[in-house]
Amino acid sequence: MIEAINVSKFFYEKEVLKSINFVFEKGKTNLIIGQSGSGKTVLMKCLVGLFQIDKGDVRFDGRSFLEITYDEKKKIRQEIGMLFQGGALFDSMNVEENVIFPLSMFTELSKEEKLERANFCLKRVNLENVNKLFPSELSGGMKKRVAIARAISANPRYLFCDEPNSGLDPSTSIVIDNLISEITQEYQITTVVNTHDMNSVIEIGDKIAFIYKGELWWEGDKNSILHTDNKEINDFVYATELTRRLKK
Amino acid sequence: MKIVYEFGKYLLLMKLVFRKPEKLSIYRKQLLLEINYLGFDSLGIVAIISVFMGAVLTIQMAFNIDSPLVPLYTIGFATRKSIILEFSPTIISLILAGKVGSRIASEIGTMRVTEQIDALEIMGINPPAYLILPKIIASMLINPILIILSMFLAIAGGWLAGSLAGLLSTADYVSGLQFQFKFFDIVYALIKTVVFAFIIASISGYYGYYTNGGALEVGRSSTKAVVNSSIMIILFNLILTQLLLA
Repeated sequence: MIEAINVSKFFYEKEVLKSINFVFEKGKTNLIIGQSGSGKTVLMKCLVGLFQIDKGDVRFDGRSFLEITYDEKKKIRQEIGMLFQGGALFDSMNVEENVIFPLSMFTELSKEEKLERANFCLKRVNLENVNKLFPSELSGGMKKRVAIARAISANPRYLFCDEPNSGLDPSTSIVIDNLISEITQEYQITTVVNTHDMNSVIEIGDKIAFIYKGELWWEGDKNSILHTDNKEINDFVYATELTRRLKK
Repeated sequence: MKIVYEFGKYLLLMKLVFRKPEKLSIYRKQLLLEINYLGFDSLGIVAIISVFMGAVLTIQMAFNIDSPLVPLYTIGFATRKSIILEFSPTIISLILAGKVGSRIASEIGTMRVTEQIDALEIMGINPPAYLILPKIIASMLINPILIILSMFLAIAGGWLAGSLAGLLSTADYVSGLQFQFKFFDIVYALIKTVVFAFIIASISGYYGYYTNGGALEVGRSSTKAVVNSSIMIILFNLILTQLLLA
């Protein structure tokens, strides 16, 4: 479980996050949604500590991310897996080395054990026989899947996904969404997904936080979001002609 | 004020660079890779420039020392002094600042804009140490070897040019090389080289690490890294010369 407690963030004079309070639950796919520029990515970066928050606190299973030392923070980070928007795979390493990297850094596993784990994770994301390929040789969807494999290789307790579907076609997006949801339930991890893709919201939104102009505007789940009378939510959910027609 | 701010930021980054590594075996592997990328990949350019600069130095000396009162071995002596004291440690370091510095800044800068550094940080790795420390150590280890090689090749280039052009005999050249030889000149050159190596890798790492934006900014960081490393090399050349030779 991750708790955001009164999280505020300023960029110079501008308050981009305004006292966000939200609990990201274990074993659920927690979604942060909102329009571009609403503060979703800033919130996610504040949660993982890439941005320092100006007010409030972030707690990982009760452990405050603010009141701990640099080394303790590093330990919590070793329990975090993160899928970045562009994959953020290491260019100089092949697929296998990318997936093995967190294991090499923080475990004492033998070479064979690491390889076995890497193959297991790659198989879990439906990728086989790509071990020796470099990131530049992979498609967008494959990069995302390798990034997921790398994120789960060290058995994380928390999984963060920043716009996992950006740049992907609808069918690959569904594959990625389902993969994230399955992994969350299978390993009972706390997953936080940052998205503005309505398909993802409907597919995997166990718990949803809607951010509007830096504020937590609404919270609910994939069922309640379709029936709310909140204007800003409806503007977001029914933004396209297709969704408006479906509503009618 | 901006210089003070940048210098403070640089010092804070260096504090992170010299933190205890997470796993020594991984850093050792990185170090060997960096020695290859930063050192052995530069052998070609160092060799070519050294041979030709040594040749030009000898020819220049020969044409400028045209008095019959000055013995011919002075050409070898002056060439040796110029190469060991200034040309190899300083000029080759400036060339390495261009080649190696731009490589370091653009590599780390690209990792920054493609979120690879964020990925390292999220994994609980200290990115400044993982990315910059092996480069600094590799440069400080391999650059003195490159510079010694440069000294040999430049002196050999001078000898080739002198003898092929008939400017002086091999015996005169060798006698000039041996005349009043001081071992401290080599020590002085290597001290400078190690300091310059640190400057090149750390300043380039700094500009790469704090790149933000996209491809355009990676190019800008790379340029800033080369320009500022070169300026600092020139400045420290003056300081070290005053400290070590005065």
